[in-house]
Amino acid sequence: MKKLTVSASPHVRSPKTVPGIMLDVIIALVPALIASVVLFGFRSLLVTAVCVVSCIASEYIARKIMKRDNTIGDLSAIVTGMLLAFNLPVSIPLWMCVVGSVFAIVVVKQFFGGIGQNFVNPAIGGRIMMLVSFASAMTDWTAPLEWFKNGGIDAMSTATPLASLTANGDYSSLPSLLDMFLGVRGGCLGETCALALILGGIYLVARRVIKPVIPLCFIGTVAVIMLIAGKGDFEFMLYEVLSGGLLIGAIFMATDYATSPLTTKGKIIFAVGCGVITSVIRLFANLPEGVSYSIIIMNILVPHIESITRPRPFGAEKEKKEKKKEEAAS
Amino acid sequence: MAEKKSLGKEFTKGLIKENPVLRLVLGTCPTLAVTTSVTNAIGMGVAATIVLVCSNIVISLLRKVIPSKVRIPAYIVVIAAFVTIVQMLVKAFVPALDTALGAFLPLIVVNCIILGRAEAFASKNTVLYSAVDGLGMGVGFTAALCMMGTVREILGAGTFLAGIQDLLVLFGDNVFGGWNGLDFNNALSTIGLQPITIFILPAGGFFVFGILMATANRIAEGRGKPKAELGCTSCPMAGHCNKNKDEKCEGTDKEATA
Repeated sequence: MKKLTVSASPHVRSPKTVPGIMLDVIIALVPALIASVVLFGFRSLLVTAVCVVSCIASEYIARKIMKRDNTIGDLSAIVTGMLLAFNLPVSIPLWMCVVGSVFAIVVVKQFFGGIGQNFVNPAIGGRIMMLVSFASAMTDWTAPLEWFKNGGIDAMSTATPLASLTANGDYSSLPSLLDMFLGVRGGCLGETCALALILGGIYLVARRVIKPVIPLCFIGTVAVIMLIAGKGDFEFMLYEVLSGGLLIGAIFMATDYATSPLTTKGKIIFAVGCGVITSVIRLFANLPEGVSYSIIIMNILVPHIESITRPRPFGAEKEKKEKKKEEAAS
Repeated sequence: MAEKKSLGKEFTKGLIKENPVLRLVLGTCPTLAVTTSVTNAIGMGVAATIVLVCSNIVISLLRKVIPSKVRIPAYIVVIAAFVTIVQMLVKAFVPALDTALGAFLPLIVVNCIILGRAEAFASKNTVLYSAVDGLGMGVGFTAALCMMGTVREILGAGTFLAGIQDLLVLFGDNVFGGWNGLDFNNALSTIGLQPITIFILPAGGFFVFGILMATANRIAEGRGKPKAELGCTSCPMAGHCNKNKDEKCEGTDKEATA
């Protein structure tokens, strides 16, 4: 006869683990990494390596100093390092990568208690800190495929399509929509290739690491607002969706577990908020790009979104009634 | 007060244990605004210390004369008088500091540290203790400003004590052979580095502020030790606090709650 085991619940455990999920995210980021090497040369591999190594090192040292158990085994530092690197231009000086990585891991993540406790996405925190500190180095875009043509001697600077994009304008100076989709444009090293990012996103959804709600609502909101702003200019809308960091932001950064709401309703509010802020910044602000700022602002609002979308336990009365009862009782 | 007071204790408590900026979190606005350079931090700290000591002395002298219902306006008048004097002196003798601090020099009037010490300490203690308390708090304020200024100036601007001659002009022209602070920018750019601009922006100020506060808490409380009580004397709301009514508060000013 089989022995009965008496134990406290939960009795059924999900096979998902943090390292497993993080490994899936890393796998999903690989196509974008390959695309960045093809587009911007082997330096993008170097930038990514520097970010990943300094993220792991700073996580290890920070945990050691704070006398907490070490968490580098959960692979989350690698994901942070890769995402941060994907948000940097390929020409960025390597010491800046180290500064940004240390900031992302130590200040944004470890000061708030490590994995699951970070108040905003660490990679975005690091990127914004670098953008504010090193404005010129962070907006020095390299033209794609130049390393290939020139034998990697001279990197040619270019503008991102976002900078010269206006509704109903002349799109002839911009890369074609096919180039935009394949990532043959100036930009951060991991954000340009829409094809690779969408492939990664599909992998994550198929592996059930993320739900498609946030990316779809985020991108959808931007698309709708841009369609209205461009007075129905479909091409303008497509350029807006494919340029900047919208896809990498929506698929990989806004879906971070610790900094996005738990419920579907909350996720929709969060993603629509991201989309609205991104569009407002792109259309009206001095900055050309607003994806990272929109995600960081909505990250900070997540606790409030959670409190207004808290699910009601089955059979529980509505909160309003309870409040009224309490008031009557008191 | 339960424990016996000593002058030394009243002075040193302002440095770490009850440091006005790092432990009581008072005077945050000037702290974040002027600490972009050490020179400004020293100027601001010294100016505030002078006002703090003088106003503590006068308010302590007048503590039995001022009716509790109008004490805040009375304190403000006393503080404003000293701030005006200090501002005129700064304008006359260190004009560069006046330009650098701008509105934050006259704003010492509403600096929470000064009003807080008047309300929490000087109005209940004798003149000598109040003066020492003011000095300790002032030195603590200046030290905190200088620490923040050092980190922010070195990391954010790549300089240290830049423009110090603006302050040293008090002691004559070209003191220390006209030494005007250190500038690491050339050295940095030769090895391909540059200052991290965010540290002289408000956001970076908050980061440095938070890290210094955590450090001060660590030093004041340590690990494993019981949490240090700040006590009601350090609380600017002591006069209006409910604890007062239950007489749980040490150093209760009964007139204030009446």
